[in-house]
Amino acid sequence: MEHHCDLGTQKRSISARIIVDRDLRETDFSPNIRDAFCSQTRTRETFRRSFSPEDVGALDSQSHPANDELTFPESWTRRHLLDIESLSAAEINILLDTAVRLKAMTEGCRRKISILSGKTLANLFFENSTRTRNSFSLAAKRMGADTVEFSSSGSSVSKGETFVDTAKTIQAMGVDWVVTRHSTPGTPHLLSRELECCVLNAGDGAHEHPTQGLLDMLTIREHRGRLDGLTVALVGDIAHSRTARSNMWGLRKLGAHVIVCGPATLVSPRWSELGFEVAHSLDEILPRCDVLNLLRIQFERQKARPFPSVHEYANRYGMNGKRMRRCKSDILIMAPGPINRGVEITPEVADGPHSVILEQVTNGIAVRMAALWLLVGANGENR
Amino acid sequence: MSEPQALLIEHGRIIDPSQGVDRVARLLLFRGKVLAIDPLDGDLPDYYLHIDARNCIVAPGLIDLGTELREPGHEEDETIESGGAAAVAGGYTSVLCSANTDPPIDTPAGVELVRRIAAACSGPKVHVIACASSRRDGEQMAELGLLAQAGAIGFSDSPRPIHNSALLKRALDYCRMFDLPIFDRPVDPDLVEHGVAHDGQVALVLGLKGLPTEAEDLAVARDVRLAEATGGRLHVGPISTMGSVDLLRRVKQRGIQVTASVCPHNLWHSDEMLRSFDSRFKLHPPLRSVKHIDAIVAAVADGTIDAIQSGHMPRAREKKMNDIDQAPFGASTLETTLAVVATRLVHTGLMDWSQAIMCLSTTPAKIAGLCEGTLAIGSPADVVVIDPNDAWTIDSDTFYSQCRSTPHEGDHVTGRVVYTIVGGQVRFTRRPALEHIV
Repeated sequence: MEHHCDLGTQKRSISARIIVDRDLRETDFSPNIRDAFCSQTRTRETFRRSFSPEDVGALDSQSHPANDELTFPESWTRRHLLDIESLSAAEINILLDTAVRLKAMTEGCRRKISILSGKTLANLFFENSTRTRNSFSLAAKRMGADTVEFSSSGSSVSKGETFVDTAKTIQAMGVDWVVTRHSTPGTPHLLSRELECCVLNAGDGAHEHPTQGLLDMLTIREHRGRLDGLTVALVGDIAHSRTARSNMWGLRKLGAHVIVCGPATLVSPRWSELGFEVAHSLDEILPRCDVLNLLRIQFERQKARPFPSVHEYANRYGMNGKRMRRCKSDILIMAPGPINRGVEITPEVADGPHSVILEQVTNGIAVRMAALWLLVGANGENR
Repeated sequence: MSEPQALLIEHGRIIDPSQGVDRVARLLLFRGKVLAIDPLDGDLPDYYLHIDARNCIVAPGLIDLGTELREPGHEEDETIESGGAAAVAGGYTSVLCSANTDPPIDTPAGVELVRRIAAACSGPKVHVIACASSRRDGEQMAELGLLAQAGAIGFSDSPRPIHNSALLKRALDYCRMFDLPIFDRPVDPDLVEHGVAHDGQVALVLGLKGLPTEAEDLAVARDVRLAEATGGRLHVGPISTMGSVDLLRRVKQRGIQVTASVCPHNLWHSDEMLRSFDSRFKLHPPLRSVKHIDAIVAAVADGTIDAIQSGHMPRAREKKMNDIDQAPFGASTLETTLAVVATRLVHTGLMDWSQAIMCLSTTPAKIAGLCEGTLAIGSPADVVVIDPNDAWTIDSDTFYSQCRSTPHEGDHVTGRVVYTIVGGQVRFTRRPALEHIV
């Protein structure tokens, strides 16, 4: 099972997954993404432009022995990463700063540094996933940790075991992190109360997907150097999106103005009571936005379709070349993936100069490395 | 069973809303009936048991309008014996058990089975609310007449609503022949599919599927209209929304005969509790937001809501251990209802003890058509003795119920049952053996 994660060699298992996962959440594993893992070829100058001054220091440290450069932040005490809502702005910044450092130390998440050798990560996925699961595995392996894979199909869960018992069984095998994805909100929180090891939420129903939120924030910060004062619109299926919730809390804590935009059936007016701007017309908000994060319509989570047709949705909310011309000249186009070309985004936008979709994937490994390192170090091991 | 001995309860504050009694007096129970309030010394029998109820309230035993005992078919959740033990520990002398069993109680034999098992246990009186529809399928009316002959005292598809309006109308009409009530749990199932939590800000933030209040409001409106149209006896409950309360207040002013009840958990905790994602807060009806709690509490205090029912829905630990989507709705509440009512409504000054006993005993008896719920001379000797000032902390490990899931775990409450007397026999006490007086 472990080889699933080794993207370079296991093409066969990847193509098999495309068939298995059809109609489920992670449908598309495009070759582009595989390339993205391996082709972080941005120049030092690009980094300098996009980084804040102290981050550049992290880059300069590349020439030094890597382990010496990481000092554990004393203020970090968490052993679980369950959601962004409960994190403070300072904690989010520690995660992002650490991600920047680790990304630099691993030369853009490509080189292996063995700062966590001897540790083991268990991927405990009760919902289908390709990219998040592999991203966590790679993050662990880049730091020298081992990984074990566990999926709900073909396991004891299908024999009627509760997921808490399954998680305890895996913990008893001696793992340091359990990374979990489940269709029910709150399952990582439940596990964190039952398990001794670190628990990371890789998506719990429509609740949160904290590492996705972090990687989105890191990507924006790399390009703009800050989040404070930016206007970020999350467009699409807010109701069913855990990515949206993690982004909303994180962005707001770091000072960004967050707009949630989509059909009225998928964007509750209650979000405005919580201080987020609610919009139903993409065209109206376009000129104000610094960042557009285009969320996929989660057909698999909808019992009855919340809008008349995909055609109408694409017409009202799809990002296309015509809409791009009404945006700010330096707008960033993001998407958590998998993307549905022709629905929320046209190919010319997805592959265009403003798209940072593949950078997001690389940053996913960076923030996951940071999270793994910080959580396991919270009990003093890395200090 | 041996003839119950005479029992004299002394020094207690007798509260009987049915007679407007609220004073310190002696209560004499004899041969399973209330013999006298303040008997003369000369009228006391030669031999009797004695209870010192100093600083305690002596009231008619509590009557629960909706208890799931789960037997037959779901003995992993609760049995008639364990649920009965929980009931008497909570001060209940009668419970109306719902047909949420497997098979559902939709035949006279089913009614007979439950009554026989209950009679062999030393718990409360168990009355059966049989199915309104055959196999609880919500389509074909069950044999209501035969069920009534077998002893059913009302009909319901609880915890499911009677969704088919034509069926509800027929059942209300048909039941006029027996003068028996229909109990409907008001909810429009189309609006709550897969819902887990109150459809408010908390569910929005947590990504939980919502249970909107309009699903209840619509059902209450329909139920009330059908009760008016047929003139049948209808009880709606438990209810949990501001909309239901507003509607009931208006229709009661118009004189429509409909009664309503609430569960104690809807008087206290809000949906904020769901932030723990703990399935013990997954309840029927769901924990609502503060404005709904306030409306419900006010409606109980002003009498718009007639009764408080425990909403006892025991579920086995292994079921509640599941994640919040998979875990069943329900909790063990028989042993905490009185304390929650006392703490939330009486000690806060929103109502007095007489009103509380009215909601928990006198009115439920009237709704169910029972002769209990009163200490009038000659009525059944079903009595609860309550220490109103006993402060304690709810700990599910001490429950008699098999189900240890409660939304009130660790809550500090004031008010506790000291004795529960059913038909003149002490079925529960927290005190040492009774003193015999000859």
